Amino acid sequence: METITTWLIKHDLILAFLVVGIIMFLSFIISKKLTNNKIPAAAIAITTGLILAYFGGNKGIASIPLFSGMALLGGSMMRDFTIVSTAMGASISQIKKAGLIGVISLFLGVFMAFIFGVALAYLLGYHDIKALVTIGAGACTFIVGPVTGTAIGASSDIIAISIAIGVIKSVLVTLLTPAIAKNIGLNNPETAMIFGGMMGTTSGVTAGLAAVDTKLVPYGALTATFYTGLGCLLCPSVLYYLTTILFS
Amino acid sequence: MKIYGVALLAACYLIGQILGDALGLLFSFNGNIGGVGFGMLLLIILGDEINKRGWMDNESESGILFWSGLYIPVVVAMSSIQNVKAALTGGWTAVIIGVVATICCFALIPVVSSLAKRLKN
Repeated sequence: METITTWLIKHDLILAFLVVGIIMFLSFIISKKLTNNKIPAAAIAITTGLILAYFGGNKGIASIPLFSGMALLGGSMMRDFTIVSTAMGASISQIKKAGLIGVISLFLGVFMAFIFGVALAYLLGYHDIKALVTIGAGACTFIVGPVTGTAIGASSDIIAISIAIGVIKSVLVTLLTPAIAKNIGLNNPETAMIFGGMMGTTSGVTAGLAAVDTKLVPYGALTATFYTGLGCLLCPSVLYYLTTILFS
Repeated sequence: MKIYGVALLAACYLIGQILGDALGLLFSFNGNIGGVGFGMLLLIILGDEINKRGWMDNESESGILFWSGLYIPVVVAMSSIQNVKAALTGGWTAVIIGVVATICCFALIPVVSSLAKRLKN
């Protein structure tokens, strides 16, 4: 038994690829069979990651030597590298297609989510600026939260909260969009673009719109894909700066 | 060659990080300010330029697309290495903020879309 463990630890990164692959595979099956694709597989997989982390220590599951490879695969360098790569395929002509209202809704979406997140966190008793900013960023998406938290040096438990907030947002957007599409006038390409820019969570926006009208998906996705990038740009910089001024 | 795409991505990432770190030093924030955002912006601009000149073949592009396909799996791994036990001492924080902030953003959509109509007229 011990030799097997030692052998696996020697190949920890490769083992991590296998573990995450299995998590993704099971999440896709659960999403399809149990929720009829209503809850995105990505949200299920990330939630599974958070649950696994609970069984570890202060470095999550990577505190267990067998799973030390997860820290390599999920470290901030790999995370930032893969996030930057998602910008490929988004072109300047696409930004022009989204137009002024797309850009306005993107900025408003990031600002408002951040403000709501910070205000609620403050009301719930968080008064540390790094914690407030990381939680506010988490209210944008489950990526903007941890990227911001790492950039400004927030603690891991706050980063975990920010991921959870982002995941809850992604699931809620998916589930609520078809239910309230009529109330918010979500039946035309323009509103779909505004919707993508305001909500931002790409997995939630695309899954939610697919349930309303598949023709609207590309319009929502168009603006939503820029949201995470804009959030990663604004939250650790301008918004962090403004929050610091406000609370000191 | 796939590595050309990966190298372009690496260049964008590194330049973005340098900019982010430099801004951090400039404002003495002791952190990286917007490095990921700058990296993405750079990849959009450079990718666009390179595509226009026809310098990027499918093979090179697939080197970048491979990494973007690993984005969610890497985020799953990232989630699994957080201090979730300590986070749970915060109780319902994540649920309350996640639900309320999302509903507030939903409520703003009709406002923005009527603003859009006014902008058009």
